[in-house]
Formats: sequence, structure tokens, C-alpha cells
Amino acid sequence: MRDVGFGYQGGAPLLSNMTLSLQPGMFHFLTGPSGSGKTTLLRLCYADLIPTSGQMGAFGQDLRGLDRDGIAALRRRIGVVHQDPQFLDHLPLAENVALPLSVAGEPVDMDALRDLLGWVQLAGHARALPPSLSGGERQRAALARAVILSPDLVLADEPTGNLDWEMSMRLMQLLIELNKSGKTVLVATHDLNLIRATKAQVSARVLRISGGTLHLAGADL
Amino acid sequence: MRRDLKGLNLRALWRGLVNGGEGGKGDRIVPPTGFTAQLTLFSAAAMAFLAVFALALALATGRLADRWSQELAGSVTVRVSAAAAEQEARVQSALSVLDQTPGAGAPRRLPQDEVAALLEPWFGPDMPVDALPVPALIELPVTGRDFDTEGLRLRLETEAPGAVLDDHSAWRRPLVSAAQRLRFLGIVSLLLIGAASAAMITLAAKAALAANGQVIRVLRLIGARDITIATAFVRRFTRRAAIGSTIGTLAGMAGIALLPDATAAGGFLTGLGFQGWGWLLPLLIPFIAAGVGFVATRWAALKMLGAVR
Repeated sequence: MRDVGFGYQGGAPLLSNMTLSLQPGMFHFLTGPSGSGKTTLLRLCYADLIPTSGQMGAFGQDLRGLDRDGIAALRRRIGVVHQDPQFLDHLPLAENVALPLSVAGEPVDMDALRDLLGWVQLAGHARALPPSLSGGERQRAALARAVILSPDLVLADEPTGNLDWEMSMRLMQLLIELNKSGKTVLVATHDLNLIRATKAQVSARVLRISGGTLHLAGADL
Repeated sequence: MRRDLKGLNLRALWRGLVNGGEGGKGDRIVPPTGFTAQLTLFSAAAMAFLAVFALALALATGRLADRWSQELAGSVTVRVSAAAAEQEARVQSALSVLDQTPGAGAPRRLPQDEVAALLEPWFGPDMPVDALPVPALIELPVTGRDFDTEGLRLRLETEAPGAVLDDHSAWRRPLVSAAQRLRFLGIVSLLLIGAASAAMITLAAKAALAANGQVIRVLRLIGARDITIATAFVRRFTRRAAIGSTIGTLAGMAGIALLPDATAAGGFLTGLGFQGWGWLLPLLIPFIAAGVGFVATRWAALKMLGAVR
């Protein structure tokens, strides 16, 4: 993104002159106080919002020029994990995790799906319906769903916001493993302890939003 | 986006209609909605049932109007009234005029027993018709387009006094007009039933789409195309409309088939039903209902998806 600005309709500009380039294969943190625009920045990344100014691109495409099919194709290359992940509550967990494959018209490899559920430690919950899962299980299921199409970029918006410390670290461990397998990861969080604990295990770039602009942080962490 | 939706995959829709059950693979992304499903099925069945009767009415009144029109144009009657001593001479004069009338077949004087049969409903079987001053009746078939009713009436007035031409129009024309209006009303009823069905299916589809707003948002976020989401909803509602209307159509056809037959009911009711190939016409109703369901749901899905990025 270059010189990107954004403001919600009827509100003051939230982001202004924001320039950012994610390094492929790098682990990134996006931090800042609540309401600073972390979620908005992530939504701009997966074309859920359109910037009011500046240029926004991903994988060599101008996001502002994408039609609806183009946006769908972009989202298959970006895995997103939300703080409060949503599922299709009438489908078992395994089908929810495999949903990106189904809607993309791709066959589901049951062995690979089992391996993926095992990786997020949910193999025993394959037939469970989402409402019966705990917060930590939902976050790990959301992560599994986000990576099933092997995306180039994984975005996580306050993924540990509703989890205790132990569960938060388990989830971060999975994100670190993903990053070590070559995926670019961007995690938005206001939890500095989480950032410090993660940085102890992986090289991470920390970006801070404040006052509507983006700064490189690190020395103060 | 709208271009995409206009290109909804008809082949996939047909495959889904024919092969996929309610829980078909593509449909599983749409949660089962018991009440909406039953509402759509019931509405489609009720509307199809009514459509069968409206269609039967339109066809029956159409046949009635055609038959009466043909009979109206098919023959005329000449009534010859005169004193008993002069009647035979007047009848002969009238027959002479009728014989020379262009566009008319051979005139036939109704024999006394046929005249008696016509009067029987009013006077009973034992009335001595010979004793009454009953006019002679002559039936004249109309065979050509050059038959001139007004010209013949004028000739009879001058060449056969007492002979009056009756082309049956006085009593048949209002009936034909009524039958034609009934046919028109039947067609209007069919159109209204179709429009009401579309409205009900649209409402049910919109309710289902609104209730599944979260599902649609999740699907968009994981990269589902509009066509994938819309097709799942469209297929489900099209199938419900088709199944409901098939049930309603078959019930309606059974009802028509069980109506009393011609000899038992008599009169107008003898024609209310389907004849020959006409029995195939109501079988089109489920296809039309499926089409209505398809268009209505597609429209609703198009509007709903437009609001989700």
C-alpha cells in the first residue's frame, strides 16, 4: 500500500498516508491501541474495504480495480483469522475447515484434511458442530480453514483476544510454524507480551499504528 | 457482479434439480430452514392447484365461446306465421326465397313432431300441437361467406310476408360475449396466480437470505464467488417450487378428473375440464413454477449479495 488513506462514511479519516510493504515469508505484527485502525488496515488488505485515497495492491494486482470475482480470487490467496471467527453452524467442523476447497470447486483430500485437523489438535472434533467448540478450538479451527488453500499470506486480527495465555501461545506456535514453512504472516494485536514472547522464537517485524499513521517499532518492545 | 449473476449456471441448476436432494453437496452451504421450506412448498402447491382450475376454466370457456360462435354462424331459422288457410302458401314462398339465397344450403321445414318436441318443455307431451296456431319453422344452414342476413331479411319481408328471420344472435351473442369474458378472466387469474407465486417465493427467498446473512459473509470472506452462493439458494428454492407445484398440479388434475361427467352434470359444467391433448397443458405448471422460483430467487440473491462485499 502506498499513501493509503481511509475513513468510514460520516467519520473523520482513520488512516492517512499509510505506506506499507509486507516482506514475503516474513512474520509481521501490527500493534497499536484499540480503535487505532488495526482491523481496518487488515480489512483493506483483503479488499473488504476500499481505501479512500492512495494505492493498494497485492500479488501484482491493483485491489481497487478488482471486480467481485477478482476479490473472491484474491481471498483464496489470503487466509484470514478473526478475533471472533464465524462458521457455518449447521456443518461439522471438518466440512467448515474444508469449505474454502468446496466453494473453490476443488476436491477435498480427506487424508490432508485429517492431517490439518491434527496439526491444529482438533482431529477428535471433526464431526463436532462449531457452537460446541471452545474459544481456543474455534480459533484453531479458523486457522486451519484459513490455510487449507495454502495461501501466500495469513492475516490474523487479534486472534488471541479471547484466549488465555496458554491457549494464546499454542495458537502463536501454529502461526510461527506456518511462517517457518514460508508463509507471510501479519498478526494484529495490542498484546505486547504476546509480541515479545513470539519474537523470542521467530524474527518478526513490528509495525505500530498511532495517530492514523504507521511506524516501525521494535526498540521499545 | 450483476453480469456474473445473469450467467447463473443453468446446467448446474438442472443437475441440482434432477440429481441433488435437499441436502445435495452444493446446497449444504445453505442451512436447512424448515419453516421457510414448508411455506414455499405449501404456497407453490396451493398456487398450482388454483392454476389448474383457472386453466380448466379458461379452456372450457374458450371451447364454449367457440362452439356457440360456430352455432351462431352455422344456421338460421325462419319462422312463418299466418292464418291456417294461408300458412302453406307463405311457407312455399319463403322456401322459394331461401332456395335462391347465396351462401345458404338446402332449407328444411321442421316436421310437426319436431315442432311438438320443441314445445314439449312448455306445454307437456299431451298437448295437441295441431290445435295451436304454431308458426312453421324452417331451418336454413349457412354454408358460405356470401350469406347476407340483412339482405335475406329484407327479401323475406317483401316476398314472403309473415316470414321472420331469426339468426339466433339475440340470445347467443351475449352468451358468447360472457364466455369470452370468462376466458379472459381465467387467463388473468393465471397471470395473477403466477405473480402471487413469484411474490411469495421472493419473500421466502429474501427471508432465507436475510436469515443467512452471516453464512453469506463467511462464504464471501473465504473466497466464494457470487455465482456459487447464489446458485445454492436459487437451486434450493427452484426445487421447492417445482416439487410443491407438481403436488398441487396433480391434486388439481385429480380434482378435475373426478368432476361429474357430461351426462350427469349437464349444461355448462360438462365443459369444465380438459379434453384430449388439453390434459398435457397443466403439466406445464410445475415447469413454469420452477421458472418463477428461479427468477424470483435469483433477483433476491442478486440484491442481497450486492450488499455484501
